[in-house]
Amino acid sequence: MQGEGRAICLPADIDTDVVIAGRYLRTKDRSIWASHVFEDLDPGLAHRLKGAIIVAGKNFGCGSSREQAAIAIKEAGVVAVIAPTFARIFFRNAINVGLPLIEADLDCTDGSLIKFNLAQGIVEVSGNRHKVRTLSPRMQEILGAGGLVEYWRKHR
Amino acid sequence: MSTLSERILNAPAGEYVDRKVDRAFACDGTGMLALEAWKNMGASHLAGETEFHIFFDHIAPANNTTAATLQHELREFAKSSFMNFSDVGGGICHQLMGEGIVLPGEIVIGADSHSVTLGAFGAFATGVGATDMAAIWLTGETWLRVPASVGIHLEGRFAGAAEAKDLALAYVGELGTDGATYQALEFIGDGAKDLSIDERMVLSNLSIEAGAKAGLFYADDITVRYLRERGHTVKPQLPESCTYTKDIEFDLSDIVPLVAVPHRVDTVKPVDELAGLPLDQVFIGTCTNGRYSDLARLARIVKGKKVAVRTIVVPASASVLIQAIRTGVLADIVEAGCTVGTPGCGPCLGAHMGVLGEEEVCLSTANRNFKNRMGVGGEIYLSSVATAAASALEGEITAPEVA
Repeated sequence: MQGEGRAICLPADIDTDVVIAGRYLRTKDRSIWASHVFEDLDPGLAHRLKGAIIVAGKNFGCGSSREQAAIAIKEAGVVAVIAPTFARIFFRNAINVGLPLIEADLDCTDGSLIKFNLAQGIVEVSGNRHKVRTLSPRMQEILGAGGLVEYWRKHR
Repeated sequence: MSTLSERILNAPAGEYVDRKVDRAFACDGTGMLALEAWKNMGASHLAGETEFHIFFDHIAPANNTTAATLQHELREFAKSSFMNFSDVGGGICHQLMGEGIVLPGEIVIGADSHSVTLGAFGAFATGVGATDMAAIWLTGETWLRVPASVGIHLEGRFAGAAEAKDLALAYVGELGTDGATYQALEFIGDGAKDLSIDERMVLSNLSIEAGAKAGLFYADDITVRYLRERGHTVKPQLPESCTYTKDIEFDLSDIVPLVAVPHRVDTVKPVDELAGLPLDQVFIGTCTNGRYSDLARLARIVKGKKVAVRTIVVPASASVLIQAIRTGVLADIVEAGCTVGTPGCGPCLGAHMGVLGEEEVCLSTANRNFKNRMGVGGEIYLSSVATAAASALEGEITAPEVA
């Protein structure tokens, strides 16, 4: 899987309450989650995410298991999230909903052009190449299918 | 020689494995999303060998029409598919799974991050999201990366007014919120042997706040006795010598009452440093500190006195509530001016039953103090039950007296 987008820099330890607050969880309307994503961090951020790649600090997605966090980020149009480490439940959730994650510790400048190739484990930031850890074969397979729902539709 | 996680998952740390899940549970929030994913997978029946449970605890009773409608759909599914179902008022999933359901050596997966609580019984218990849960409903299995483990070595006994929650805050403070990411915690040593099941559940519960995949105790005589009283015959698990990625030691007699300050669980300070901070609300409950022993401790401190601030008490389960009624603990709590809510998660996640106003300050016995979690603009401090009780009486953060 490959992709590209403009960087949006976020701090470390972004928790899933900040990604999507508990007060928006009781609905199945994904557009509501997308429009309120990161609201408690920066109320204007949701509308700048289309086509963006989030470059965050360590431990992205810590806290609650709410899958709505990964869905909200994807539905808002984010192409991928890059961070040195992810909280493990968020990691699984993101792959399961088809949101690519890349484990890498990158210097971030807002707006810089980022390209990635997940199978090769390569991230390019403003033309500079970085070799990064690849996802496990299973995770690549799930992501390649478009998420775990699509994976199981195919594999049953 | 293996860690307990390696023994239960039957593979060395770092390996990716597919494992049959012994018990899988979801709650009202994650269950509704899991149901949607399960339907979208084209599934029609549940996998055969796994025990499935649905618990209504997060927003139970429902707080509005949307939640009620979504819960109605999930309730009908749980009943028609013959899942074990616990409706409004039954209590919190982790507490109920710990009241004689989860057994040592099992692989237990919950669609809630605090599923790690059940490591207290020597089970490998971890949390997943809704779609992972749907796949377990479909297949009865999941994939896991076998974690390496951090050893939390415990010696001695609690002295003074400190309790298990203070030790939990101490280790999260020491490890940091990502100190054990992708790893498990193992609580071992002579200090662990003296801890009750309730205390072990507190320590396992907070392991996710250090990013851990699981937080395990070895099943011992205390575990065997607890489960025997609930109709199960199990054997203790004997620790083998093994290698931890990191070793942390605590002498329980050195632990003092602590408070985690907004908005991070790993920012902990001795309660003395915060004494006098005015409070708008005290909340006692949750999968961390809503058990009978917690309510009994609260009652001992507030009995015959009056709280100076609104104090919301939410038992972790119906059986906790019944025990508190039978022993008179509940009457003591209510006479002291506290109010009692339906067994469940209560206001912990900011959906109902005690949402904070802007700039209001809450002292809570829960496990998370993230920004805006209990309401936009509200601030959450986390403490033990004894600290929360002493503070409720004064209306400000107050060090608990030695019992």
